[in-house]
Order: sequence, then C-alpha cells, then structure tokens
Amino acid sequence: MVDNGYYSWMIVATALVLMMTTPALALFYGGMTRSKTVLNMMMMSFSAVPVVGLVFVLWGWSEGWGADGVGNSNKDLIASPFKLFGLHDVSPANFIYVLFQLTFAVITVALISGSIADRVKFSSWIVFQVLWVTVVYLVIAHNVWAGGWFYNKFPNLDYAGGTVVHINAGVAGGVLALIMGPRRGFKKDPMKPHNLTLTMIGAGLLWFGWYGFNVGSIVFTSQGQSKQGWGSFAAQFQGETGVTFLNTTIATMAACLGWLVVERIIHGKATSLGAASGIVAGLVAITPSCGSVNTLGAICIGAIAGMVCAVAISLKYKIGLDDSLDVVGVHLTGGILGAILIGFFGTTSSPQGKDGLFPKGGGGLFYGGDSTLLYHQFMGVLFTIVWCGVFTAIIGLAIKYTIGWRISEDDEIEGIDLTEHGETAYDLDGRSSGSLGAPTSAYAKEGVPA
Amino acid sequence: MKQVTAVIKPFKLDDVKAALEVLGIQGLTVSEVQGFGRQKGHTEVYRGAEYTVDLVPKVKIDVLVDDPSADKVVDAIVEAAKTGKIGDGKVWVTSVDTLVRVRTGERGADAV
Repeated sequence: MVDNGYYSWMIVATALVLMMTTPALALFYGGMTRSKTVLNMMMMSFSAVPVVGLVFVLWGWSEGWGADGVGNSNKDLIASPFKLFGLHDVSPANFIYVLFQLTFAVITVALISGSIADRVKFSSWIVFQVLWVTVVYLVIAHNVWAGGWFYNKFPNLDYAGGTVVHINAGVAGGVLALIMGPRRGFKKDPMKPHNLTLTMIGAGLLWFGWYGFNVGSIVFTSQGQSKQGWGSFAAQFQGETGVTFLNTTIATMAACLGWLVVERIIHGKATSLGAASGIVAGLVAITPSCGSVNTLGAICIGAIAGMVCAVAISLKYKIGLDDSLDVVGVHLTGGILGAILIGFFGTTSSPQGKDGLFPKGGGGLFYGGDSTLLYHQFMGVLFTIVWCGVFTAIIGLAIKYTIGWRISEDDEIEGIDLTEHGETAYDLDGRSSGSLGAPTSAYAKEGVPA
Repeated sequence: MKQVTAVIKPFKLDDVKAALEVLGIQGLTVSEVQGFGRQKGHTEVYRGAEYTVDLVPKVKIDVLVDDPSADKVVDAIVEAAKTGKIGDGKVWVTSVDTLVRVRTGERGADAV
C-alpha cells in the first residue's frame, strides 16, 4: 500500500492540515475578536497543537485506532488506550498516518475555542482539551472511521470529518457557550471584528490547507488491496484525488457566492467577512461529501451550505447564546448539511460508490437510491450530536464547579490578552510602550539580594 | 493672541494647510479626532450583527496667531475646507492669555 507517490503526498497533506490550525484558524478567529482579546484567541488555537498532539501520541492513536495500520475493526466503542501507548509497536512506516490523524484531532479542538472567545481561563482550556479529546473526539473517530461499534451498525459516509470534526466541534462549542454564559456586554457592547484582513488571510490559508484535509483522506479499499500490485491503487489514487480535489474547490466557490448573495439580499451589502465565512461553510459541508457526490452535487451542497449558514449565524442573538465566532452557525450547521445531503446527492458513480462503501440501497434519493443512505447519514449525525453533547456537558460542568471557566469580570473588561497572558497585541504608535523595566526586576525585588 | 481651532474633513487637510501657508502662517498643530455633529454616523453589518458607528473621524487644526490675523485665518480655513456637504466641520477662535516659545523664552506676540 505504500507507494512513493502516495507516501510523499501524505507527508505534504499532513503538513497542510497542521497549517490549518497554526496559523490559519488562529488568524481566521483572531481577526474576528476585539483588539484586546486577539492574542488569547490565537493562543487557544496554538495551544491545541502541543496539548492534543502529545495526548494523541501518548494514548490517542492507541485509543482511537489501536492498530499498526489505518484502523482496527474491533466493533467496540474504543480500541485499547494502553496497548500502543506512546506508539509502542507502531512501525515507523505508519507514523505518517498517525501524524495525519493527529492534525485532525488538533484542529477539531481548536475549532471549539471560537464559541467561547474572550472569557476563559487559559489553564481551564488546557485541562478541557485533554479530557475532551480522550472522552469525545477519540471515541467518535473510532466509531466513524476506525471500524468501531457505530460504523458496524450504521455504515455512514464521512470522507474527511463532517461528523468527527465539524459537527463534533460545533456541538461542543455550543454546549460550552451555554454552560459558561455570554461575554460581559454581549448584545449590548459593540464586539465587532478588529482586523478582517487577518480573517481573510486565515480563510484563504484554511482553503489551501483543506486540500490536505480532504484529498489526503483517501483510504485504499479492500477491493483494491485484493488486486495485485500498485497498478490498481494508482487508478484509485488518481481517480479519487481528482474528484475530491475538484469537489472541494467548486463547493467552496459556490458557498462563497451563496453567502454573499444572501447577505446582499438581507443586509444590502456583500461583505469580506461574508466571503471568508462562506468559504469556510462550503469547505465544512464538502468535507464529509467530497468523495460521494459528483460535480453538480458538490456545487449544490456548497451553495446550500453557504446560503443556510449565512442565515443560521443570526440565530444566536435570538436565543441569547454567545457562540462568539459562530462555531455552531458555521461548523455544526455546515457539517450537518454536508452529512445529510449525501443522502440526497450521493451517487454510486462517485469514488466511494466505486469503492463499494455505499449501502445496498444504492445512492442518494436524487440518484436512484432508496432512503437507506439518508437514514445512515442521519444516524451518524445523531450519534455524534448525542455522544458529544452529553460528554461535553459532563466535562464542561465538572470544570465549571471545580477549577472554574471564567476569568473575573474586571479582567474580562480590561482584556484577556493582558490579564491572562501579560501581553498586548498592538503597539502601533509606540506611545503605550511605557518605561523600560529591568528585565530581572521580577527576580531581584527591592531589598532582597539577587 | 488668538488660537484658531478648526475641525474639518480629513481629506481637506492639505488644502487648508496650503491656504494657511499662503497667508504666511509659521506653524500649526494637527490632531486626529472623532466626534459627531449633524452628520450622523453609519452602520456596519458583521455576520448579521448591525453596529452603529456614530463617531466620525475628523482632523483638528490649532493655529496660534496675533490678533489682527485671526479673521483672515478663519476665512482662509473656511474657504479651503468647504465642500458644501453636511459634515464640513467648524472653526472657532479663542483668546490666549500667555504664550511662550520654549527654545528662546520669548513671550506674547513675539512667540507666535
């Protein structure tokens, strides 16, 4: 299965997906926060790399995949967290698959942070990451991707993480925002984005990195493996990556335009933040579906996602949920749309159809299939929402009543960058530089010999 | 001595400065300010959330002159800063009791 071309692509794809968190998502989110909270927002993304990354290497791969290969079909809720602890018994030739999956876990956790911007103790966020990856992410990943209990019951299609990454992050973000309450001044004080150029750069980089995310998610089928030599793999590799790359691109284009059209109609202007948001909504929706639909299907899914998400982001003001940067409105909504629409637009002439991954009922409702596919897709969404919702609530409440989530009211008004990190993001005119304190002043207090 | 203060549209600064140089004005101070008058602000919409921005950016010019020059300076500023549209700003004159040039210690009209 390891061919030089494919192996090289996986190295590149893994680096691309890591780039989606650092810096792409950090920029995308950071630009949308206020100038006094941008560093904390970026740190919530950046910290996911070391924290989730180390968890993943220590027990994450063992718990979620539990094999020296791409998965372990044990039909259980999890694999063993201890069997391959620290990648013990995983051969170096398979490290790249571990690392590829590691980057997915990292960005899923980083995505959650957008719901709870500007108000969370950094230490609580670190503790949450460790618990959530262990109890929620790895379980869902094992059940949807690695041959776990759920997939054995309802073999749903999720090419690159509509359920595992986006619905998962969206539900977790919404539940946490509910548990910890809104930012001080939500719906009263202006909280407009402080630097949309950062957000535009972030959205562009996310799009670029998403090719690693979607196109790198190719899995070679047992059908292919039964044939001899690389030849049959090469056919699948070239045909499938062509389709997933194209679908990822055109769905995103359609979503970008769809969002802008809705904005223009409702608010009178097509905005840059709308373009950036539409791009992400389209990428989210095509993530589960890029291997199971054709060109027309991808355009429709993208357009629907762009338009629906453009409306969905306003709901938080109606229900009073401070999902600060719209993780629910974009990632949960887009993820559900992408997963469910497979049940309509899925076609057996797609790569996953040719790989024999569709249920016996055939393609989606618009492509001659019966409702089996839609039913499986629905159950995949439901499983993710329920598991993630319940266990995120348990973790979120446990943290709330022990170490606590929120920084103090004074600190929040002062700005979390300064109070949690001791830094300010911008000093453009130099007037707020202050006087130069001796660098050692913290250690050599007055009257105490150094 | 008088202090002439003008709050004008930012893009009119160069015209006003040029007009004052023609009058032989030796120096002025410029600040970026925000405020509101009859020109209302505007609204911005970010992801469906509407923000009212009611403070408009303006430029403030302060010029110190001797008493006889004050009217000419005011007229020059008004002429140069005028677009005829709402939001052109205001010019006003205040009396200055004491004026000192820091470098030489000159006082009063000599320090203008």
